[in-house]
Order: sequence, then C-alpha cells, then structure tokens
Amino acid sequence: MAIAQAIWSYRGFIFGSVQREFQARYRNTLLGAVWTIINPLAMIFIYTVIFSQIMKARLPGVDSELAYGIYLCSGILTWSFFTEIVTRGQTVFLDNASLLKKLSFPRVCLPIVLVMSSSLNFLIVFSLFTLFLVVSGNFPGWVFFSSIIVLFVQLTFAIGLGITLGVLNVFFRDIAQFFGIVLQFWFWFTPIVYPISILPSSIQRVVEMNPMTVIMSGYQNIFVLHQIPDWWSLGKVFVIAILLCGWGILLFRRRADEMMDEL
Amino acid sequence: MGKISVNGVGKAYRQYSSPWARLAEWIVPGSKQRHNLIWVLKEIEFQVNAGEAVGIAGMNGAGKSTLLKMITGITQPTQGSVEVQGSVAALLELGMGFHPDFTGRQNVIMAGQLLGLTVDEIDTLMPDIESFAEIGAYIDQPVRTYSSGMIMRLAFSVATARRPDILVIDEALSVGDAYFQHKSFERIRQISKEGTTLLIVSHDRNAIQTICDRVILLDGGELVKQGPPEDVMDYYNALMADREYQRIRQEKTAQGVRTISGSGEVSISGVRLLNMKGEVVELVETGEELVLEVKATVNEPVSRLVLGFMIKDRFGQPMYGINTHRVREELTDLTKGEEVEYRFSFDANLGKGNYSIAFSLSQADSHLDKNYEWRDRAVIFHVVNCSKEDFVGCVWLNAKVGIVRHRLQQVVCE
Repeated sequence: MAIAQAIWSYRGFIFGSVQREFQARYRNTLLGAVWTIINPLAMIFIYTVIFSQIMKARLPGVDSELAYGIYLCSGILTWSFFTEIVTRGQTVFLDNASLLKKLSFPRVCLPIVLVMSSSLNFLIVFSLFTLFLVVSGNFPGWVFFSSIIVLFVQLTFAIGLGITLGVLNVFFRDIAQFFGIVLQFWFWFTPIVYPISILPSSIQRVVEMNPMTVIMSGYQNIFVLHQIPDWWSLGKVFVIAILLCGWGILLFRRRADEMMDEL
Repeated sequence: MGKISVNGVGKAYRQYSSPWARLAEWIVPGSKQRHNLIWVLKEIEFQVNAGEAVGIAGMNGAGKSTLLKMITGITQPTQGSVEVQGSVAALLELGMGFHPDFTGRQNVIMAGQLLGLTVDEIDTLMPDIESFAEIGAYIDQPVRTYSSGMIMRLAFSVATARRPDILVIDEALSVGDAYFQHKSFERIRQISKEGTTLLIVSHDRNAIQTICDRVILLDGGELVKQGPPEDVMDYYNALMADREYQRIRQEKTAQGVRTISGSGEVSISGVRLLNMKGEVVELVETGEELVLEVKATVNEPVSRLVLGFMIKDRFGQPMYGINTHRVREELTDLTKGEEVEYRFSFDANLGKGNYSIAFSLSQADSHLDKNYEWRDRAVIFHVVNCSKEDFVGCVWLNAKVGIVRHRLQQVVCE
C-alpha cells in the first residue's frame, strides 16, 4: 500500500518521464513523431507485401494471399514489444544510476516509466496493424478483443522477467550479455516466422512448453484464423507470469538497498 | 520541521572476492558469509536542530558524501538510523541527475517533479528559476551542451526555487564562478534566515565559517569533532597538515580555543606583540607601528626552517600573512638546542575589532609539507581607532580626498 501511495504521489514524474522519453526519441529529427508511424508501416509493408506478394510465401493450410504476412506481423510486432520490455528492464537501474544516486524517490517508478513508454509505442504500432487488418478486409471481428487478454498475459510475463533480470543485472552484469543470446534462441524456438506444424512432433512437444509459444499462437489464432485463443494454456502461462512478477518484486524489495551500493 | 537526527549510524559496503563469491552466497542454501564488510562510517551520532546551519568537513574519503546520501535517503545505513523531518532538497555532486539529452527546461520540470512539485507549481516557479540561473537561451538546449558551471547554476536554482525544510549541498558550489558563488551564498544565507536547516559539505573554509553555526569533522569514517566553525576548522587544518603524525591539542584560553599541532622538531617558545616603546600590547591603535617577536627552539636538527604568521579577524578570515620563505629569509641547517629569535615589524593598518595571530614553523612555503608546529590564536589583540577618521572595514587605506565643484554658470539673457 505504501508503494501504491508513493507511486501515486510521483505520478507527475512518471507521466512526465513517459512524455519526455517519447519526445526524446524523435528529437533532432525533421519529421518528428511521423517516424512513430513510418517505422511500423514499413515493417507491415515488408511482411505483407514483400513476403506474400513478391516472394509468394504461403502459410500451409490457409488459403489467403495475405495470411502469411499477417501471421508474421502478429508474431513479430508483439515479440518486439516483449523483448523491448525485457531488454530495457535488464538495464533500467544501471541506465538511471545517475538519477538514483543523486535523488531520493521511489525506485519502482523507473520500471513503471519503462513499461508505460514501451506500451505507448506498442499501442501506436498495434493500432496501425489493426487499421491494416480493417483496410485489407482481414479484421477478425469480435474475436479481435480477446487479443487484449493475450497482451495482458504477455505484459505480465515481460514485467516479471524484466524486473527480475533488472535487479540481478546490477549485481551480475553477465545477465544482460547472457540474456541477449537467450532472446535470440528464444525467438527461433518460438513459432513466429514458421508454423509449429513444420517441426518434427518430438520437437513440437518441447516447443509447446515454451510460454511464448502459447502467447504467440494466441495472436496467430486470433488474427490469422479468427479463432479465440486456447484459454486453458493461456491460463497456465498467466500463473507463471504472476509467479515471476511476485518473485521479481520480492527480489527487488529484498535487494533494493544493497543495489544502491552497487550502482 | 527541518530536524535531523543521526543515531549511531554506520555504513558498510560488501566486498566480495569475486562475482562468483556473491553468486555462491546468494544461491547456495545455508551458505556461510562470503563477503567482507568495508566500513566507511562508524557510529556517527549528532542532531541538527531546525534552522541550524551545519558544515561537514573532512578529507576526501572521510565519508562526508556517504553521510549526506543517508540523510537524503538515497542509501540506507547498515547500522543505526537517520530521522529527517520535513522536505529535503539535495545538491549532491554535480547536477541533480539531469538527463543530458533533455533540455534544461525539461530537466527542471523533471527535477521539480522529483522534489514533489506539480507541473503547475513548477510553471509558476519557472521564471524565477530561469532568471536566477542566468543561462539565457540555453534553457531550451539539451543539457549535454552545458558547461559544468551552467549545470550547477540550474541545479542550484531548482533546488532552492521553493524553500525546502532542509537543504543539503555537497561541494556543488565550488564549480560556479565567483559571481554565481556570491549570488548562491546570498540565497543560502537568505533561506537559512527564513528557517531552512542547512547541511553543507565544503572544502572552502571561508564558506563554512561565514555560513555555518557549527561544523562536524569526519576523519576516516568517524566523527572526530564538532563545535564552533573556527575551532573545528583550525583542528581540521592541523589534521591535514601532516597525515602520518602526531599530536594535536586544543587549549581553552580566555579568548577561545587555541589549536596547536605539529611534529615538534622546532617549537615556538615565546611570542610577544610590542609597540615602539618595547611594551607588550593588547590594545593597538589603527596605524600604530608594531613589532612581533617570536622565539623558536630547535628540538631536533632540521635542514630548513620557515616561520610564517597570519593575522585573522574574529571570523577567522585572513587579513595578512607572510612567511620567511616568501621574503627569502629561510634558515638552513639548524642544530639541536638552537634558539632563533624573529622580529617582524609592521604598521597595524587595520580596522577596529579583535584579531588573532597564528604561527607556523615548517620546512617550506606551505605548512602542508612538513609541519613542525602550527599554532592558532597565539596572540589576540584589539584594534581601536582614536586618531584616524572613523572608517568602515578592516583595512585602513588612508584614502585622501580631493574635491572640485563645477557649478552651472548662470547665463542671464537680456
């Protein structure tokens, strides 16, 4: 409760920081915030037009020209959101060391700022993707809204992982190095650019234990097949995410003071 | 509001032989302690009352900054507790954690928000902050383009824009130029007068003596002395003189505390302030010719000997100081048992007030090199002004006045 109160009284700083970060990203650019739209548009263009139209890549079992493009987008856009939170979470305390060492404020504000500013960027990207679905006639209808729940599960999972790694990385700087590699492997061990069906069934079973597989296939079901996700598997992932968050917060609270001495 | 109590505070950092040792301590269940504690502060105990101005002195590594970080709540003490009542604004080292890519204005808003101000309040204070910092159009430039002085100006302006209950300043002011230093001291004095508790770390003796009511001296992580600024700073001065050393003693005299320190190869055996008739004087007339007689005894042979004296006013500010090195009268190859008698003659061109004279016997120009003896307040005298015009200040410059009046010629038109 004390934490919630502290966060509330520093809400000005939190919102201000999110705003400043957004501005800083496009500072000294001629086009400014237009880049927030151009970047994701380029990505959507590459995956849909180039992959499906020019390279004629097709998703097995789906008879639509754009299906593979949408499959790629729904996986890669959300995966980027996941990695942004995790990688920035790893270094959030180190990056803000100068602030932490000079001013006394609730340290938990920093991960909150990070999550909010990443979410803001993702919101822009995701809106454009949705717009693309509507324009191209691939909007999944009411099923679309179940993606919000999948996103929530993903966000909880990313926050738990990010905070845990962020605290650990202050003490063991190997974490960021190591996790950079882990994320690359993780990406390829998750069916994002390929459908899980192309894997040998023995490997399929291993890949299905990966929580990100559940989340990604959730999006793919919604956006490509227009089906609701597998709530049961998603529920299990949510439990893992909650446990990870709890563990992260516990670690943070136990090590916060010691952390300051290490910065 | 504004009260600080530091109760038996100790701070230790954990030192591990390697990162692996930390990992082992963390994950091996029931593992023994694998770190050493490095104590940087031990059993610090003091109170600061609301509205008091306290200086913290000590050499680099004495633990001053760590102490301030605990008082501001940035780090937690390993032992004991720190209780602080009221709002704290802190200027620790440079800046206030300014972000180099954001503009000065954005950083001001951020720093203000971190001090607990709302955007509206910051907007109201912004004109004040801008005009006090005097960095002009730079306010809208990224902070990375600033000079260190400009960062300090801005940080100081933000921290003091709204009077905090407690203001903590760590060395920050030494960065600014003379003009801004003067201006910021003025403001510090002002908010101190309005009731803010001050806690200042500075190596600038003048600053500490003019602002602080009390000084706390830290050495090697321990509180070695606290008391009136001049006494503590004299002690600190002596402590700095020779690290390997020795003995410092402070004697209470009728006029205050006298600090004597040094390695003792040569010592002062007698000091007299004489007038032209050869009488010992304590009351001196402005402009009077005086002779300062100093006797030194050589206890151990030394290769080189320099005697210096310094006249200080009642605030401890130096009025005049000279030594025999600077007048090229240093002595060489002194043998044990030798007695040396020095006579300095000068005119007491000083304003009315109390003055003290400090002496140093050393090997070279600076007493920091090899300090045989340093003796503060060896002589106290009073200056009165009966014969000269009634001037203001501490130096009699004997200004002569010449006046020419130019009258408008009345032109009568007919």
